[in-house]
Amino acid sequence: MARAVPTQRRITLSVVAWVIALLIFFPILWTILTSFKTEAEAVADPPLFLNFAWTLENYAVVQERSDYLRYLWNSIAIAGGSTLLGLIIAVPAAWSMAFVPGKRTKDILLWMLSTKMLPAVGVLYPIRLILINLGLLDTKFALIFILTLINLPIIVWMLYTYFREIPGEILEAARMDGATLWSEIAHVLTPMAVPGIASTVLLNIILAWNEAFWTLTLTTVDAAPLTAFIASYSSPEGLFYAKLSAASTMAIAPILIMGWFSQKQLVRGLTFGAVK
Amino acid sequence: MGRITLDKVRKAFGEVEVIPPLDLTIEDGEFVVFVGPSGCGKSTLLRLIAGLEDVTDGQIRIDGQDATRVPPAKRGLAMVFQSYALYPHMSVRKNIAFPLKMAGLPQAEQDKRVTNAASVLNLTDYLERRPGQLSGGQRQRVAIGRAIVREPAAFLFDEPLSNLDAALRVGMRLEISELHKRLETTMIYVTHDQVEAMTMADKIVVLRAGNIEQVGSPLELYKEPRNLFVAGFIGSPKMNLLDGDEAARRNAATIGVRPEHIVPSATEGPWQGTVGVSEHLGSDTFFHVHLDGRKEPITVRAGGEVDMHHGDRIFLTPDESRIHRFDAEGLRIP
Repeated sequence: MARAVPTQRRITLSVVAWVIALLIFFPILWTILTSFKTEAEAVADPPLFLNFAWTLENYAVVQERSDYLRYLWNSIAIAGGSTLLGLIIAVPAAWSMAFVPGKRTKDILLWMLSTKMLPAVGVLYPIRLILINLGLLDTKFALIFILTLINLPIIVWMLYTYFREIPGEILEAARMDGATLWSEIAHVLTPMAVPGIASTVLLNIILAWNEAFWTLTLTTVDAAPLTAFIASYSSPEGLFYAKLSAASTMAIAPILIMGWFSQKQLVRGLTFGAVK
Repeated sequence: MGRITLDKVRKAFGEVEVIPPLDLTIEDGEFVVFVGPSGCGKSTLLRLIAGLEDVTDGQIRIDGQDATRVPPAKRGLAMVFQSYALYPHMSVRKNIAFPLKMAGLPQAEQDKRVTNAASVLNLTDYLERRPGQLSGGQRQRVAIGRAIVREPAAFLFDEPLSNLDAALRVGMRLEISELHKRLETTMIYVTHDQVEAMTMADKIVVLRAGNIEQVGSPLELYKEPRNLFVAGFIGSPKMNLLDGDEAARRNAATIGVRPEHIVPSATEGPWQGTVGVSEHLGSDTFFHVHLDGRKEPITVRAGGEVDMHHGDRIFLTPDESRIHRFDAEGLRIP
């Protein structure tokens, strides 16, 4: 039976929830609003909320000064590439951990996760030097590779959790039906795990898209993604808030839109296993 | 063809030996049932034959060929699982066609075989549905359909009916027996239900703790159980086992007599007791009788309706020719 919640309490809770949600969303909203202001309006005191002269000038300037599409393409290539490479490695890894676990499987999973606890800056110089020596600094290839390694533990963990929910008997049935290991993964496991793989992909794209530390330190011009695009507006011309906001809005818009459309899938993916 | 031979097959999980070395031959076309209480190793034995578990020692031969290290897909066997193990993302048609697709059969041949199997199993109207839209009995038929289209050397059934309700179970039991008569293919069937074993099998293999206790036709097991375990396990209701004076008088440590081999009477008989619970089934009546001087009640079958009630005195006459005698080790005395 559903728990009865008195009307008054329900209204209070709704208001509190909305206030908290708006508080969290406010910086993004403010960035978007500021991007439509002139530089003078952007720093006006008291701040202007909606009553300003809306303009697209900042966007035009930003596009004119730096090639937005090139950064966008780099972001797409890096986020998409690292996700794809991650999946190619993680699906078989998670399969073996979920269906043919060994004595050390649990330890390996924990060890993988523990690599996420290492401060990234601790390995920055070794990685940077290796890339310089290999001539791979500021290449999309290097970033795809590094971001794959950074996010791999999370991909493996998520897929592992999903695969664990799939009854082993179904895979055994496929084996009895003559499926080879690869047809078993391709025809039975993957289609059944599509919701899980989809949420893993979404989360990984978001993580890779937003990754700033590695993308800023390992790129200069050629492979620079949208994070570098934003950063280029923050200094030394930090006072151009409106243009910075326009650049930020352009950088976060694609992932925000993607997140909006896929939120149902994402929430289901992240709570999968916890509620079943 | 489907002659399966197990030669000193042994299975251990780490230190734990679940199947001690075991020999068994299953003839082509035979319906063999592995029966035993839970944990007796019957499912493990089936999975060893299927190739889903690795044999620790020994050899499995299928039609004379060594199959011990052959992967499940290449053994030419089909299996029906307890949970049906259907592919939830595929329609019934695709589920049934899956093994054919894996074997690389031409589409036309696949369609023909699926249509045939569907009509045999009354699934024609459900071919485009997903397993989630089917009842338990229909799902089980899809699982069987997926097994028969391959035309395997042998079918392996792992407790296929235990997820069905009682009425459906009886129906499916008949369907599987019917299928065996028609296909004449070897079938190995695992169950813990001795009624299933008795009604379906050509040959029953009774297992306990990984050991084969007895192999024989249902009636052989019923008439001449080799030991106390088989005596107690085969037959419903269970055989009554008595020790003490009654056994000693017949030169045995324990005697066994089936409920249907005891004649109850209100007036005379060598054994006397009091009626406890009585179960009236219409066709039969089962009395649980507390014999004088014994704690454990014994079960007696009377044909049809018998007018005796709780607390009444009752006299019993066992059929001496059908009393089974066992020695101190629990082995049958011929």
